[in-house]
Amino acid sequence: MSNAFFQGRLVRLSSEDPLVMAEAFARWNQDSEYFRLLDSDPAHLWSAKKMKEWFEKDLDSALPNNLLFSIRTLAEDKLIGFIAFDGLNWTNRDTFVAIGIGEQDYWSKGYGSDAMRVMLRYGFTELNLHRISLTVFEQNPRGIRSYEKCGFKLEGRIRDFLLRDGQRSDMLHMGILHSEWDSLEQEWNKI
Amino acid sequence: MDNTNSLYAGRLVRLGPLDHEKDPPVVARWTNDPLFRSVLVDVARPLSVEAVRRLLEKVEKQMEETKNLFHFTLRLKDDNRLVGLARIFWIDFHNGTGVLNLGIGEASDRRHGFGSDALDLLVRFAFNDLNLHRLSAWTGADNLPFIHMAEKSGFEIEARRREAVFHNGRYWDMLHLGLLRTQSEKKQ
Repeated sequence: MSNAFFQGRLVRLSSEDPLVMAEAFARWNQDSEYFRLLDSDPAHLWSAKKMKEWFEKDLDSALPNNLLFSIRTLAEDKLIGFIAFDGLNWTNRDTFVAIGIGEQDYWSKGYGSDAMRVMLRYGFTELNLHRISLTVFEQNPRGIRSYEKCGFKLEGRIRDFLLRDGQRSDMLHMGILHSEWDSLEQEWNKI
Repeated sequence: MDNTNSLYAGRLVRLGPLDHEKDPPVVARWTNDPLFRSVLVDVARPLSVEAVRRLLEKVEKQMEETKNLFHFTLRLKDDNRLVGLARIFWIDFHNGTGVLNLGIGEASDRRHGFGSDALDLLVRFAFNDLNLHRLSAWTGADNLPFIHMAEKSGFEIEARRREAVFHNGRYWDMLHLGLLRTQSEKKQ
C-alpha cells in the first residue's frame, strides 16, 4: 500500500512515539529564534520528561481536536519539525494549522512549504474542512512568504499583539478556503 | 456622580459576581435564545438549570486556577436584576492582551444601552486595572448590534476570517475587532 497520502516531494508526515517527539521539542526549543517565531508565550525551557507527559496525554484523548504530525525528510528520513491542526472546529469545518521546522539547516529550502501542502491536502480531502487558518508574526517574513506560496491569503492584522525587547509588533491572520485550494492543487499537480 | 464604586459601576449597569443560587435559572432561560450562544457555549443549545449551575461553577473554578480569566455578571444598578454575562479571557499578562465577550440575555433588555455601558466598564477595567495594552473581541459578521456597539467604543475591525463560522444554514465571516489602550485613552 502506498503512503502517498502523507507524502510530499521533499518530506512525509509521520507520527512519533512521545519520547522521540519530546526529545526533539526539548532540543528545538533551546533555539530562542525558533521559539520566538513559533509562540507568543515567553520562552520556556521544558524538560523532555515533562513534554513526554503532554504528548502521552494527547494519545489518550478520544476525540482529537488537535492532530500532530512529525515532518521527516524523504532523502534521509531525518526528523526536522512538526505540523499540527490545532483547535479543529467540526461545526465550522475550520482549524488553525501550526508548523515549526526545528532544524535550522532545513530553513528556506522548501521543506516547510512541502509539508504544508501535504497538510492542506489532508485537511481538505480527508477531514473535509471548509477552510484552514493560521496566525504568523510580522517578524517572520520567511513564514509569510511560504504560506502565500501555499495559497493562504492575508485576512487581517492584530495590532501590537506582541511585546518583545520593548517593541510592539503585529500578528497576521491568514486563511485558505477549500475552493481556493482546489484550483491551486490542479496547478501544483501539473508542475 | 457616584465615585464610591466606579470601578464596577457604570451609568445603568454594574459588574457583579456570580450568584450560584439565583443566577442559574435565569441564565438557563437565556440559553433558549440562539443569539446568546457565544457567551457560554460554542453551539446554540438550550441548557437545563443544573447544567448551567455546573457550567458557572466551572467558570469560577477556572477563574481561580488559571488567573487569566475575569468573569462578571451584569446587573442593573436600579434593582440589581441580572441582565447579562461578560468576561475577559485568554489574558496574556506578558504581552498585555486579552479577549472580551459579553451578552445581554433577554431580547427585551437589548437596545437599552446596557451592553454599551458594560463594554465601557470592561474596557476601563482591562486598561486601568489589569494593565492590558490591547483588547480583542470576535464575532460573526451577522452580529451587527455587537459590531456597532464595539465600534462606538473605539474598536476597529482588524481581521476578517472569511467564511470561518457556520450558523443559520450558511458560512459567515468571523470578524476580529481590536482596541488599543493608547486609542482608548485619547477617546476618553
